[in-house]
Formats: sequence, structure tokens, C-alpha cells
Amino acid sequence: MVEPVLSVRNLQVEIPLRKSLLRPVDNVSFDIAPGEILGVVGESGAGKSMTGNAIIGLLDRPAHICGGEVWLRGQRIDNLPPEAMRRIRGKGIGMVFQDPLTSLNPLLPIGAQLRETISEHLPVSNDEAAARAIAALEEVGIPGAARRVDAYPHEFSGGMRQRVVIALALCAEPGLVIADEPTTALDVSVQAQIIVLLKRLCRERGTAIMLVTHDMGVIAETADRVAVMYAGRLVELGPVREVLSAPCHPYTIGLMASTPLASQNRKRLNQIPGAMPRLDALPPGCAFQPRCTSAREVCGQGVGPDLTAGDGRAACWFTQAVSA
Amino acid sequence: MKTLVSINNLSRVFDVSRPWLNRLIERGSKEYLHAVSDVSLNIPAQSIYALVGESGSGKSTIGKIVVGLLEPSNGSVEIGGVDLARETDKATVARTRADIQMIFQDPYASLNPRWRVSDIVTEPVRARGGDISGLAERLLEQVGLSGEDAGKYPHEFSGGQRQRICIARALAAGPKLIVCDEPTSALDVSVQAQVLNLMSDLQEELGLTYLLISHDLTIVRHMADRVGVLYLGRLIEEAPCDDLFDNPRHPYTKMLLDAAPKLDGFGREVEPPKGEIPDPINPPSGCAFHPRCPLAIDRCKQESPQMQQIASSRVACFRAG
Repeated sequence: MVEPVLSVRNLQVEIPLRKSLLRPVDNVSFDIAPGEILGVVGESGAGKSMTGNAIIGLLDRPAHICGGEVWLRGQRIDNLPPEAMRRIRGKGIGMVFQDPLTSLNPLLPIGAQLRETISEHLPVSNDEAAARAIAALEEVGIPGAARRVDAYPHEFSGGMRQRVVIALALCAEPGLVIADEPTTALDVSVQAQIIVLLKRLCRERGTAIMLVTHDMGVIAETADRVAVMYAGRLVELGPVREVLSAPCHPYTIGLMASTPLASQNRKRLNQIPGAMPRLDALPPGCAFQPRCTSAREVCGQGVGPDLTAGDGRAACWFTQAVSA
Repeated sequence: MKTLVSINNLSRVFDVSRPWLNRLIERGSKEYLHAVSDVSLNIPAQSIYALVGESGSGKSTIGKIVVGLLEPSNGSVEIGGVDLARETDKATVARTRADIQMIFQDPYASLNPRWRVSDIVTEPVRARGGDISGLAERLLEQVGLSGEDAGKYPHEFSGGQRQRICIARALAAGPKLIVCDEPTSALDVSVQAQVLNLMSDLQEELGLTYLLISHDLTIVRHMADRVGVLYLGRLIEEAPCDDLFDNPRHPYTKMLLDAAPKLDGFGREVEPPKGEIPDPINPPSGCAFHPRCPLAIDRCKQESPQMQQIASSRVACFRAG
């Protein structure tokens, strides 16, 4: 077994409010191996972006990590001081956000932003940094990179801007990239280009990717393994082919059945009754239990099941019964 | 089948010029954006017609012209034989307007936060002086909410419930045609399924006609009877739903279908599409798709292809066959 790039153990994030304590991420554990793409899916409010932000240390106050550990290549990073964490961002972990326009500085040419990141993290001369910036742009497929290195973000189209953001995330050669909905703001044809690019870079450099998205189709084509989140908890984790074609957890089963398939016209969609509970009104026991069709008495009691309840694959007391 | 909506040679041009003083100083000329160019299509009554395309293809502009939120620059839209932009008889205009309703993309932005749900839902009827006693409760129950919700405010509802309220409002005036502009793209998958099922049920129950505007091909495949594909303001292919998805004829449609992620496409390696959508202010000559088209020939650069009938499809391409 290769040593994982990222190890998350029992991660908990809490947001103290005046009247209550919210827990948007609860008891989340997973590993990402070098060169692996882990897809994290879930509906809005499931805690997927919050998990990514917690790992890279970008939680907005008052949200903070209140339990568990995050290990990056054998180094514990969840309790580092801000200055040490700043050095890890970029060099240890790169980040690609959903909206490429707001993640670039509109007042600086893209080349300056790349050179700043490179010379901040790598021991190179200014000339070397400039050469690397152009090489990084060429690698993500920006035509005429040497000419466009001094262009400003607004001079690029949405797809090209997202390429620049990817170049920025990769230029300091991190071992892990967290991509938070990297293609959600893009059109279908540009989305396909960006996905191919991410997969190629991951394969060539052995970079691991944590791909956060709500689009099951993107996950199916891109990820090696997939983690499904619901109400802040991990409900299913496994190889993408198995989870998507033979889901174990009742929530994943419902989710897959409610996704319209390209091959079926006009078949009635399965619908999961109700909506995801608000964080200040989580039901006792398993969070999915009020919407679950196979819930029994034990589901509403005590602490909800974690992944160990179903052989490490699904957080459900009745995994076997459900899949059978 | 009877045609409910008939769109003929519809065009819409937006003036996107800089202010005249800037034009004078910079010696620029006027600039125009052709959002919709020469689109003709017919929507049969009691069917679902879907318009698909990427951003900037003009699908929302067509939707807005159909409901009367924008005026056409050229061409006409006839709903049940009445052209709202030219009709002068006030009674006919009022009657036809009542037949058209719209559902918008963002259920958070399309409900007035200061109005009670009962006021929101009954507004289309109240505006015409109709009788609204018990109407709100009946409509809310029809879309799967409870009659007691009528006294609440929009913030007390989740996204999916809000979209149900929007649908209830659209149903209030007893319309024949509902234009749905990306009705589920702001919703999560499990909630999207609830809304799509509701829309299908209502269509069957009430005999509605939908003009469904979406960029999501899986939803279109699931819902539509007939599909029109737009590229840079032009209709480039139109066909019955199954024919379009099983046998796309225009190279752009093929590219779009190939590029869409598939749920069973584990580890699929796609050849990514070339290039991006061109600038609509200075579109390429001839066929707007020719710079990205793998089949392009010299003729494509010079002439703009006209729609031609091939089997059950209409395609605007010289190389389609």
C-alpha cells in the first residue's frame, strides 16, 4: 500500500452561533493516494465544500475544526499556525475554485500572479520563474502563452480563465489539488476540455485530486473513487464504478434513481421524499432516517452509523438488507 | 396536430455600442449583437418543445420574446394565430396574454419576499379582476404543497418548494403555454426529480404546452417531444427527441452530445471539442460553426446554410446527410 497523500481522520467542523452549535462536517474520514482522483458528491449544504476548505485551512470564522486530524504526506496540518499553513497552500495543496473570475486578481496580469506563486514557493531566480510561468500556461493549453502572459484576467474567456486558475494551482508543483466545482460555471463543451486537462495533468505528474462537485456525470467520467456526503456526514465511499452502478446506502440509491438517464425518455423519475434537514434541526441517529424507506427503529436512536457499519463502504445499519 | 406557437423568421438585435461621445473620440462605429437570427419553428399544442444550446446561443431571448417580455426586431411570433406585437384588438390581446405564463430559473429571485404566498399565487388572476376565493389553497394543493402554506412568506420554503410556488402562480390564470427557462438548474438532483415529475403530471392533467429552455441534455431527453438546437442565435437542427439523440445530424449537435458527461461513462476518454463559442458581435462568416467544425469545407466559410428537411429532422448544414 502506497502512503496516501492526504489522510483525513474523523474530521469535525463546527460553527458556534448565539443560540446553537452547528456541525456542517461531522466525523469524516478518507484517504487520497498519489495520482488518485477522489470525487466528493452531495447536494447543496451536504458539507462538501466545507470539507475542502477545512483541509486547506480556509474556513471563514466562526467556523473552525473542532476534532479529528488532517495529515498531508505524513505531516499533521490541521493544527499548524497560520504562517506555516500559508506556505502549505500552493506548495503542498493547490486549489481550484468554482468561479474563475473571482479567483484571479483583476488588477494584475496573469503572468505576475503565476510568477509570484512560483517564486514564493520554489527556490528559483526571477528569470527562471518567468520561464516557468510561460511553461505552466503552455501546459494547460493556452495558445500563444509567451504572448498572453502579460494579459489581464478580463481578456480571457471563461474556459481560458479556468485554465489559468489550474496553471496557478499547479505551478508550485503540489502533491494534491482540491478542485471545488471546477466546471460548474462553464458550458458543456468547455467543461469537457477542462476535465480532459485535469485528468491528463493528474496522470502525467502523479498529482492527487479531490474533486468536489454535484454532477454525477462528471464524477463517473473522472474519479477513481467517490465519497457521497449527506448532512455533513460521509454516507458512502468506494470505487466509482461500484458506488454508481450498485449503490449500497439508501441515499445513494435514491440519488442515482432520481438522476435522469440519457438513455431513457419519459420514464417517471424516482423521487426521494422531503429535503435534506437543516443543520440546526438534525434528526437523532442517522441523518437520512426520516426520508429513508427502509428505516427501522434503531436508525432513529443514539449516534448515527459511520462507514464501519457497512464494511467500510456505506454508513448504514442495514447495508446488506438494502443491497440484497 | 394543431400548432399553438408559430415562430417565423424571428430575429432580435441588441445595440451594444459604446456611448456616442466615446465612439466619436475613439472613432468607433456602432456595434450590434445578433442574439437571435432568422429562427423559424412551430410548437404543436399539448407537447413539450425544448430549446438547447450553450450560453449566448439565444435560447432565453427566444423565450422572452414568446412571452412578450422582449419585442422581436424582425419576424413574428404567433400564439394561437395571434401576433401579440401587431394585434390591435385589445380584447384579443388580453385573452392571448392570459394563455401564456413563464417559470424562471431562480426561485429565490422570482418571488417577492414581502408578499404572502397567497398573494403571489393569485396575482395573475387578481390583475385581471378575476375571482380568487379559495384559489390559492386549490393551486398550492395542486402542486403538492398544503393549503395552510398560503399565509406564509417565501423565505419559509426551500428551493424546491419555492419552485412549486412559481409553478402554482403560472397555473393560476389557466394558461395553455408555459415557457420554462431552466426550471431546475438551481435545484439539487433529488429535488429536481420532484419538480420534473410535477411538471409532467400537470402537463398530462391540464393539457399544457411547454417551451422548455435548458442547457442540460439529460433533462431535455427526459422531458421533450421535440428539440431545437441553437448555436450563436441560429437554429441549426430540429428533430423529434429520440431522433435527435439517437441520430444527430449537425456536427455541432454531435459535438454537444459527445461532450456531455455520461453516468455510465466510467473512465471515458473523450476527444475534447475544439475551440470556444465565438464572439457574437463579430460572428464568423458563413456557417458560424465552421471554425470548430471537423467537416467544414470552403463553402461553409462563405455561405450560411439554410434549413433543409432530412427524414424527420430539419438541419442547417451543407455536410449533413
